This record gives sequence, structure tokens and C-alpha cells, in this order.
Amino acid sequence: MIEVRNISKSFGEKQVLKNVSLVAEQGKTTLVIGASGSGKTVLMKCIVGLEEVNSGGIFYNERNFSEMNTKQRKGIRKEMGMLFQGAALFDSQSVEENVAFPLSMFTNMTEEEKTERVNFCLKKVNLENSNKLHPSELSGGMKKRVGIARAISLSPKYLFCDEPNSGLDPLTSHVIDDLIKEITQELNITTIVNTHDMNSVMNIGDKVIFIYKGEKWWEGNSATILHADNKEVLEFVGTAKMLKELRK
Amino acid sequence: MVTYVSNIFYHIGRYYSLIARAFSKPEKNYVFRKRIFEEIDNLGIGSLAIVLIMSVFMGAVITIQAAFGFTSPWIPPYAIGVATRDSMMLEFSPTLVSLILAGKVGSNIASEIGTMRVSEQIDALEIMGVNSSTHLILPKIIASVLINPFLIVISMFAGIIGGWGFGVLTHVVTPYGYLYGIQYDFRTYNVVYALIKAAVFAFIISSVPAYHGYYTKGGALEVGQSSTKAVVYSSLLILLFNFILTQLLLA
Ligand SMILES: Nc1ncnc2c1ncn2[C@@H]1O[C@H](COP(=O)(O)OP(=O)(O)O)[C@@H](O)[C@H]1O
Ligand SMILES: [Mg+2]
Repeated sequence: MIEVRNISKSFGEKQVLKNVSLVAEQGKTTLVIGASGSGKTVLMKCIVGLEEVNSGGIFYNERNFSEMNTKQRKGIRKEMGMLFQGAALFDSQSVEENVAFPLSMFTNMTEEEKTERVNFCLKKVNLENSNKLHPSELSGGMKKRVGIARAISLSPKYLFCDEPNSGLDPLTSHVIDDLIKEITQELNITTIVNTHDMNSVMNIGDKVIFIYKGEKWWEGNSATILHADNKEVLEFVGTAKMLKELRK
Repeated sequence: MVTYVSNIFYHIGRYYSLIARAFSKPEKNYVFRKRIFEEIDNLGIGSLAIVLIMSVFMGAVITIQAAFGFTSPWIPPYAIGVATRDSMMLEFSPTLVSLILAGKVGSNIASEIGTMRVSEQIDALEIMGVNSSTHLILPKIIASVLINPFLIVISMFAGIIGGWGFGVLTHVVTPYGYLYGIQYDFRTYNVVYALIKAAVFAFIISSVPAYHGYYTKGGALEVGQSSTKAVVYSSLLILLFNFILTQLLLA
């Protein structure tokens, strides 16, 4: 479980996050939604510690991450996996080297054990027979899948995905969403996903947090969002035409 | 002016803390060793050809120019050999070759690390719990400092041989006069001086561009800008330290 308590974050004069709190539960996907520029990425980077918060705290299973030193954080980092918006695969390494990288870094596995684990992870994301390809040879959807495979190679307890569907066609988006949902349930991970895609909200929104201009504006789930008693949420939802029809 | 000065201190401070962080214990020794060999291959072996070509021609030009200048009968013929040897060893090989490498290697390092920054590959390392500075920058520094002195020695030989070859071909020196000249009053200390310069410059060539790449913000355009800045600042620093080291070691 991840608990975010009243965090705020500014860059210079500009306040990007204002007093945001949320709870993400184990085995569930918590979606953070909001328009572009609302602060989703900054929120995620604060949660994982890539940005320091100005105030408030972040708790990983009751352990206060914000107050830890580098060494203690490293312990928690090994329990995290993250899929970045552009997948952030290591350009100089092949698909299998990317997925094996955390294993080489943090385990004493033999080459055979690593290969086995890499193939297991790649199979989980339905990406077989691409082991030797380099990131430049992959499509957007394949990159995201390799990104997920790399994120889960060390069996993380916490998974973070920043806009997993951005730049993907609807069909591939759906596949990626399903993958995230499946992996979360099967491996019993605490997952937080940033998105501005209403399809994802409907597909995997166990819990939905709506961020508006750096504040938590609304909280609910995929069922309650269509009838939310909140102007900004309805505007956000309403822009998806299909859903407009649906609500009628 | 005040902001300009405080800016310099800001960069020095941030550079220092980044490089200090790079010098921590690597996560896994065998991964780290592999990284060093990758960088030796990339930064050292990859620069061999350009160093050789440049040095041969520069040695040839120095020889021909010396012959052109030394017309007085009071200057012995072997002085051309001495001139080529000393210019190559003291200044051309360590400093000019390092300046060229600052352009080639420096832009390569800054753009590689800058691209990793803007495509979030550095964040990906950090989130795994890997010290990105140690993993990415330290192998480059080690590889450069190890390999640059070798490149410089190779450059010295290539320049002196180039001077001999072209000098003999163009009849400005006699084969034996030149060979006598390059051995005349040979000071081992000059080699030490050149190698110290080579090692210090190697540190600049690898760490300054790494710094510029590491703190790139934005996209492809900014990566290009970082790479340009990296070359300009590492070249300036080489010239500055050339002056300081020469004062310290020769004066
Ligand atoms: N490093 C930074 N420095 C200054 N401003 C930033 C930085 N990172 C993000 N911001 C600003 O914070 C706001 C929220 O950005 P972000 O979290 O990326 O939005 P999104 O919800 O689209 O992911 C934006 O206005 C952005 O300009
Ligand atoms: Mg974002």
C-alpha cells in the first residue's frame, strides 16, 4: 500500500502540486487522471522520489519514504518498477539486455537463470522472439511492453506507469491496459497509473483520482465517474464523445 | 556581473557534487568492468585514427617550417629534429590532440548522456536504485584517463616519424641528422610533464561534457546545445589548465 499525505511541490515560484493526498491499495490499479499539465507526472515523480516534495509525506507500507536517506531509499527502490512515458529503454542494449539489466545489477543470478527470468517476463507481456532487437527497431507498443517487462523483472511490490497509452493506437492501448491490470492482480502489486485516456479509466480504474491544476479534485472509480457531481470531472469525461452518447 | 559570478559558482558547485557522487562504489563489479571496457573501446580505440593522421601531418609541417626558419649557418642541421621532437612532445601531442579530442569525444559524451536524460533513461536508472552518475560517468572518466596518455604517446611517435618521413622526402633534413636531433639532449622529465597534462586533460574531456549532458533539460534541441557548450567549456578549461600546469611543472 502506498499512502501520500498532503504533499506540495513547487518549482521556484510556480506551485505545481497543492496538498495532494491519496491511497493506493495492493493488488489494485489506482488511476491518476487529469488534463495535460495538471501535474500527474510531477506527482508520480514525487511519489517515487525522483523529485523532492516541499511538504507532506509518502509512505510505503507505513515506511516514511520522504524521511529516508539515500541508502534506505535504495532498499525501497528495488521494490519499485516504473514504466516511463517514452518507455526509456536503454538505447545501447537489446531487448533482453534491457530486461536483464536490473537482474545483473541487483541479483547474483547465473546467465541461465537470468535468461529464464527474462523470457518469463517477456512472455508475460506477449513479446517473444524479439530478444535480440534494439529499441530503435521496435514499435511504440513493443517499447512499452519491453518497459513493462523490465519494470517487473525484479518482482516489484509497486508499479508506476506514466501515460502507458500515449502515442499508441486504441487497440494496442487496450492490450497494454489489460496487461497492467493482469500483472497487478496476478503478482498482487500496488499499481499507480497516470493517464488522460478515458478508455483506460473504463478498463482498469479500480480507483480513480482526478487532478485539476495540481489539486486532488475528485476521487471515485470507473463506475461513479460518469455520474460525478463535479463540473471539471464531467467536462473531462464529457470530451470523450462516445461516453457522452453512453450517458444518454 | 554579480549574477555572472554567482552563476559560475553555481556550476562549479553542481559539477563538483555530480563528479563526487560518481566516485562511489559501483553496484556490481563485473557490470562496472564491462562498462569500462565499452568506454575504452568507444573513447580510446575510436579516436586512434584521427590522432594518427593529425599527428603525422603536424610533425611533417613542424619539420618543414623549422627547416624553412633555420637558415643561419650557426644553427646545426640536427636542430630541426630537436625542434620537431620538442614541439610535438611538449605542446602539440598533449594539448592540441586533447583539444581535438575535446571536440570529438566531448560532443559524443554530452550528447549520449544528454539523450539519456531527456528520454528519461537516467530516471529509469535512478528508480531502479542505480547511482546513474557512477554507472554512466565514472567509466568514461576512468577510460579516458587510462587511454589518453597512450594516445598522446602514440601521437608523439607518429609526429616525429611523420616529420622524419616528410623531411627526408622533401630533402629538408638528412635521415641521420634528424635521428641525431631527436635524441639530442633528451629529457625524460618532458615525457612526464606531457603525460601529466594528458591525464588532467582526459579528466576534463570526460567529466565536463558528462556534466553538461547530465543536466540537460528539454529535448533534442537542448541536447545539441549541451553538446556545443560541453566542447566550448572543456576546450577553455584545457587551455587554462595547460597554462597552470606549465607554470607548475616547467617554470
Ligand atoms: N522540472 C520542472 N521545472 C519547472 N516546471 C515543471 C517541471 N516539471 C514540470 N513542471 C510544470 O509542472 C506542471 C505539471 O507538469 P506535468 O506533471 O508534467 O503535467 P502532466 O499532468 O501532463 O503530466 C506543468 O505546468 C509543467 O510545466
Ligand atoms: Mg505527464
